[in-house]
Amino acid sequence: MEELIEKLKKEVIAQLNLEEITPEDINPDASLFGEGLGLDSIDALELIVLLEKNYGIKIEDPKDGKKIFHSIRTMAEYITEHQK
Amino acid sequence: MPQRIFVTGYGLISCIGNNIRENLSSLLQSRPGTGVPKQIETSLRDELMVGEVPKSHRELFGLAGLLPVEGYSRNSLLGIIAAQEAAACGRLDSHTGLKTGLISATTVGGMDRCELFYNDFLTNDTRNIYIDSYECADSTEKIASMLGIVDFVTTISTACSSAANALMLGARMIRSGRLDRVLAGGCESLTKFHLNGFNALKILDKAPCKPFDQHRAGINLGEGAAYLVLESEDCLLETGNSPICELAGWGNTCEAFHQTASSPDGLGAYLAMKIALEISGLASRDISYINAHGTGTDNNDLSEGKAIERLFGDRIPMVSSTKPFTGHTTSAAGAMEAIFSIFCLQYQVIWPNLNFNERIHELSFSPVEKLVTMVPVNAVMSNSFGFGGNDTSLIFKKVNANNADNADNAVNE
Amino acid sequence: MDLYITSYCLVRDNRVVVNDRLVFYQENILKFADFIKAVYQQGQINYPKFYKMDAISKLGFVAAELVLKETSTEGLDSGAIGVVLSNASSSLVTDIAHNETIKDRNGYFPSPSVFVYTLPNIVIGEICIKNHFKGENVFLISESFNARLLHDYVGELFENGRVDACLCGWTELNGDIFNAMTVWVTRAGFTNSEAGQSYRPLLFSAENMNVIMSHN
Repeated sequence: MEELIEKLKKEVIAQLNLEEITPEDINPDASLFGEGLGLDSIDALELIVLLEKNYGIKIEDPKDGKKIFHSIRTMAEYITEHQK
Repeated sequence: MPQRIFVTGYGLISCIGNNIRENLSSLLQSRPGTGVPKQIETSLRDELMVGEVPKSHRELFGLAGLLPVEGYSRNSLLGIIAAQEAAACGRLDSHTGLKTGLISATTVGGMDRCELFYNDFLTNDTRNIYIDSYECADSTEKIASMLGIVDFVTTISTACSSAANALMLGARMIRSGRLDRVLAGGCESLTKFHLNGFNALKILDKAPCKPFDQHRAGINLGEGAAYLVLESEDCLLETGNSPICELAGWGNTCEAFHQTASSPDGLGAYLAMKIALEISGLASRDISYINAHGTGTDNNDLSEGKAIERLFGDRIPMVSSTKPFTGHTTSAAGAMEAIFSIFCLQYQVIWPNLNFNERIHELSFSPVEKLVTMVPVNAVMSNSFGFGGNDTSLIFKKVNANNADNADNAVNE
Repeated sequence: MDLYITSYCLVRDNRVVVNDRLVFYQENILKFADFIKAVYQQGQINYPKFYKMDAISKLGFVAAELVLKETSTEGLDSGAIGVVLSNASSSLVTDIAHNETIKDRNGYFPSPSVFVYTLPNIVIGEICIKNHFKGENVFLISESFNARLLHDYVGELFENGRVDACLCGWTELNGDIFNAMTVWVTRAGFTNSEAGQSYRPLLFSAENMNVIMSHN
């Protein structure tokens, strides 16, 4: 799990062009949207693309993203559960 | 008192008809034109509903009165068909001494042929003629040359508010004395390019769209073209045209909230509608009907609804979105829906908001569900909001309407 | 009505000029992405969303921010600040990037954040979001820089009382070739005294915009 979290941090930074942020800056339990990294709705859609592209996981309803993308850890948990 | 702007002609092609008469007939019969894509080749064919003009490229040449030749995008053919109808209606070919302009809106431009031949461009030179058709101005220039318009020709590209902005610019060009009359509107054809883009934004409904419904699930994209002829008061004396109605107000604002989303309180939409009212000199109670932008997305309909509530308070006019009929024709929508709104003035009807079932919980009003006939309609508002936060509202009114406020209140813009 | 250009910014050829001052120059930067990032960092604009923008938005955004640093919008109604920009290539660079993601079934991953930039007027949205400008906005496409068109359009907005200040200019980018010019236009009296610059406002005219554009 910790390994996946570290990998995800790098992938999220690359996918969302978070140039001024390093993996060390991201607390895996902190919220990604709002206060945390200040991501917006387009970023949420990009994270859906990331899951599909890198992990083969499809999310049909963008509303599900809210829970899945709460933090890096919730993302990692979702991937572990759903990856074939 | 500022120079009044009159509408003296119009033309329209959409998935519910090839001309004004057919569109009017479909609206009166509450008959939508959306369905699965048949003309466009897309991997999303089985997943989407679109408002596609049910004509092949070759058939469009026929409607445009042209022999099929290379170099014409579907977009420009749609534009030519609607522009010709409007020009004939407003008799643009007569009185050649008048300063005449063309302001045409498109955002996707000639993408339709270019994406088809994109890979050929490197290997097959016979397709290169289509490279020139890619840019947005290509359809405008083809329309201008076909109709012989030379005094002022320009293209507006502000996403889904484009055609409304073309009408606004046309009105200003006339009011400032730069032109006597203007052919203004827009065209847009469906492309893989923007179908896939909107799909990536996850704002497309796979079923018929349901604007202003609690369970709305997104947009059906559409295509088509629509143009109006605008003339100054003085110009009417020259042409002898009898006006269909008056373009009385217009307002454009930047929402400054998000690239693609509207703000929760709809501030940009509110300000655009408010400015349009000020310019028209009308009071909010004079507006009988709002043809809403009403795309069917979660975000737009709530935001636009909030803006309408804020401006109209407890006297909200009849509201509907006609996008369930035509799909969202993006850059053509502003002119297409302007014409649908003008029909309401002419025929004293209000168009139904098809597929509506349940009021949005956060809103105090529901849209019109069934066709309303024999209702007094003196002034109408048509909203068009675009990505980039570009919000525009237009107001049309009957030429001799008795409004609560005198037209002398009109703001000199 | 007398209108003035109270500051301007030019971004081109690996350099940036603001109000006659060379504020950035670097040899041997070949890629636009590297260049504009260096300008952004040196300009201390501090707006992380910059990195998410497409190339043309980055160009227009930086050119706007550098002009705005020289001016004050205090006392202006945000609803009366307009933005009128223009270029020749529209959003071509980003259109191509989006097309790359949808052109074949294998590797079909259309990116929402690329698609939203396939419109030329998104750069205006970005500038307005950052600065809370809510006035009228338009993006005009013409084959070459048309000072007359920009002047007349913006002049009309002032005449009609739609704006009290307006950012206006040209933001062209095609591949790694780019050229941006922005000017801040206000009524007489609204000068940039607070910024304390020595720049003397120019009369807002098509001729003066051409003079600025041809600055070497």
